[in-house]
Amino acid sequence: MIPQSNLMVMAPVAAGRKDDLRQLLLSMNQAPGVADPANKLLPFGLLDELHFARLLILEDPTLADITTAYKLPTPVYPLYFALLCDFDGPQDTFLTKLVGCATEGLTAIFEHCEGFSRGVDLLTWIKQHHRQPATSYANWLGRSMQQVREEAALRLSIRAWLDADNAHLELSPLQLHNELSAYIAAEQRAGRLSLTPEPTTPIIWELRNIAHLIAVPLLLLLLSPLLILYAPFFVIQLRRREQADMEIAPRPAFAYADKLAALEDHDVTNQFSAFGSLKPGLFRRWTLIFILWVINYTTRHIFNRGRLARVTTIHFARWVFLDNKKRLLFASNYDGSLDSYMDDFINKVAFGLNVVFSNGIGYPTTNWLVLDGAKDEQKFKYFIRRHELPTEVWYNGHAGLTALDLQRNTLIRQGLENPGMSDSQLQQWVQLL
Amino acid sequence: MTKPSPVDYADIQGLVRFGYGALTEASFLLLRIRDAAAARSWLASAPVSNAVALAQAPDTALQVAFTCEGLRALGLNKDVLAGFSAEFYSGMSGDESRSRRLGDVGANSPQYWEWGGQNKEPHLVVMLYARENQLDSWSQAIRGPHWDDVFDLVDSLPTSNLFGVEPFGFKDGISQPAVDWEQHRHVKDDELAYGNMVSLGEFLLGYPNEYGKYTDRPLLPASGETSLLPPAEDKPELHDLGRNGTYLVFRQLAQDVQGFWQFMDRQANSDPQARQKLAEAFVGRKQNGQPLVELNDQPIEGIDKEDAAENQFTFDSDSTGLRCPLGAHIRRANPRTTDLPGAADNVFSRLKHTLGFGETSYGQDVIASTRFHRLLRRGREYGPALSIEDALKPASPDDTGRGIHFISLGANISRQFEFVQNAWLMSSKFAGLNGESDPLLGNREPIPGCPGTNTFSLTQKDAAKHHISSVPQFITVRGGAYFFMPGIRALRFISSAGQ
Repeated sequence: MIPQSNLMVMAPVAAGRKDDLRQLLLSMNQAPGVADPANKLLPFGLLDELHFARLLILEDPTLADITTAYKLPTPVYPLYFALLCDFDGPQDTFLTKLVGCATEGLTAIFEHCEGFSRGVDLLTWIKQHHRQPATSYANWLGRSMQQVREEAALRLSIRAWLDADNAHLELSPLQLHNELSAYIAAEQRAGRLSLTPEPTTPIIWELRNIAHLIAVPLLLLLLSPLLILYAPFFVIQLRRREQADMEIAPRPAFAYADKLAALEDHDVTNQFSAFGSLKPGLFRRWTLIFILWVINYTTRHIFNRGRLARVTTIHFARWVFLDNKKRLLFASNYDGSLDSYMDDFINKVAFGLNVVFSNGIGYPTTNWLVLDGAKDEQKFKYFIRRHELPTEVWYNGHAGLTALDLQRNTLIRQGLENPGMSDSQLQQWVQLL
Repeated sequence: MTKPSPVDYADIQGLVRFGYGALTEASFLLLRIRDAAAARSWLASAPVSNAVALAQAPDTALQVAFTCEGLRALGLNKDVLAGFSAEFYSGMSGDESRSRRLGDVGANSPQYWEWGGQNKEPHLVVMLYARENQLDSWSQAIRGPHWDDVFDLVDSLPTSNLFGVEPFGFKDGISQPAVDWEQHRHVKDDELAYGNMVSLGEFLLGYPNEYGKYTDRPLLPASGETSLLPPAEDKPELHDLGRNGTYLVFRQLAQDVQGFWQFMDRQANSDPQARQKLAEAFVGRKQNGQPLVELNDQPIEGIDKEDAAENQFTFDSDSTGLRCPLGAHIRRANPRTTDLPGAADNVFSRLKHTLGFGETSYGQDVIASTRFHRLLRRGREYGPALSIEDALKPASPDDTGRGIHFISLGANISRQFEFVQNAWLMSSKFAGLNGESDPLLGNREPIPGCPGTNTFSLTQKDAAKHHISSVPQFITVRGGAYFFMPGIRALRFISSAGQ
């Protein structure tokens, strides 16, 4: 298995360079919201292992909310530029390749950032500016881009074979499995298809993963006496805040919403980038640190086979703290329209959204951390849109394929390579073809 | 939450409650306002029908609804208009992003529309209904002598009475939500059973919706003019321009009946039975309306006994689509899903499903919960009927075409009509499918990474799915707009605004 990794290079935009940078970024697109895979700056198409990438300027239009809600001075933060990638294999390998094929382009982009000048070592500079997410999610741990491509080709090949002769549609599941196995094997021998066997998982990764699997519950167990003692105080602190915190969820300006919508629905998958500030004080900060730490455990060890709780449409997502954990960036790649994404948020995982985002300023009022909040549908949708940022450049390595498509293709391949399926397994398998 | 006050039917336009089925003649006048003052005075005296139930259906009815442009032309100011939903404000064809989401691309593009596209946007629609042979006189009476000085006609849409059958030949208008007029419905967070009874606030502004919340609508501070309007239930200090009103989505859908049956005929090698069966698989019902899936033993809330034979079902018994294909029109338009599919009514099962551990095979629990996405349909057919036999012959040169004036009512255009259109009907990925869109409504346009959305898949017993490819476009959008159909008092307010 090839584990997935991520990258987020972030640096302040140099004074007065914002507009130039934005123009430069937009030059990478073939249409609004759709990156040209062969663009001159970052030729994404050359990076076989790249699932998703985005480049954006983190310009938070809601900074003054802290003044509105808590009468605190509006803080001044640097204006950041960020490059985010989700890819297969270790970060070092990817970075070497990235820098190798886009030295000039990366230089041209980073020249708009503070602390970068021609001549600095690009690789070192990028590593220095990488931000580790507090939580990251991948739809299917270990499914590489190579696998995605091979399994998509496999499905098309099987479908073409089925459609070529009506007799194929009358084969029993077992006969079909036998004939297809023979056909696909022949296609592989002829070099028209390849199904690369799963590579061995890097031993270091495996060991670290096991250590993480054990360490987090162990730590929780050790902390549990303290957590239990603290729980009543936590509840009091939480309830007091929940009853006092101000909601800031006006309808976003039509023009802003239209600008965001123009970037959406060009593909079956969409990007989502949202940014905002945490409620002031240590209580919310530590609550969120703890929650994201726990969620990260679940995404790493539990929700890594096609579902984030009930949601099947998210390919990759991450939550990243910024500025001394006073701000949070959320970036995801999801299938369907924003409306259906929010529908999932509200109707399927409102509790999950609430535990995280209710620590952000202005979020619709929650109760007991998990209740209400996102269930206030309209306010929640306004809140989300208002905190969303335009993603200047977005690249999808497998346009046209939803997470469910990828899952189905994997299941088709697994079934094909499994000679010992039971009758009911065979029945289910033929329905996937 | 505030205790709901009883519904004032006299303040609601009748179409919300009635389909006016007995009034078999109808026509829809799409108008632009030529003289705002004259239009206001026409509106002030127009005998708009309300929703009070009569001992017998009236002989005639009149309904009025406005586009955002229309309200602006009547003098409503920008702040008031900005209180309506963003979809209404920008209009059905107002921006490319919306057209893309609705599938209004290719042959469906607003640039080809007969009305509702650029430069052809109506300000209002006047909907006339009458019993047989009474429409002309009703129309004369409504228009009065100075009509042409008041309005410019964008288009006049006639309708035809096909006796409850849509032009392809299938019984239509069967699945309708039951509106909770009595406001007895108490919504729960997770509804475990599919129900057909839907909160009043889903179809009328000013009442709690399926989330138990009030949908945004223009609420105006008290002043002389606004005293005409009812107070807002959730904010009594404000007057509610939306209350007892709703949004009306209007789309003229031209149906290629020849194309439809000739395609079925080719696929079936001209075997009438196979042809019929295939067409029914596309729809998900037999021509007489009977669903292809088995009926439930248990009644479903909000479905009357007399509708049971056609509506007392969900798709739970047919998860593979063996009886009714997964992509059939009625599965897409109303998937009849619950909030937590598969969960039993106990804490453990709820928790298991909520956390996503309840699913055992591919494609389970991938369709959104249906109750938030219901449409109250009030459409009418147009054009002459065409039998299957005639549809199989070459089209006659003087054929005028036919279709449906699709009309749906709802309090939230984006969550209801647009969601159903985008996520269910047009989506090439609905229910984990691939490369197919709604078999009737799909535009068959390619999407990135997928050269066509023109397949239709049929589940077969103990064998691989049969894919029907190169399904042509059968339905083309010819016009459309988003309207606001105000309550009666709101209509009076509108007709006195801007003076």
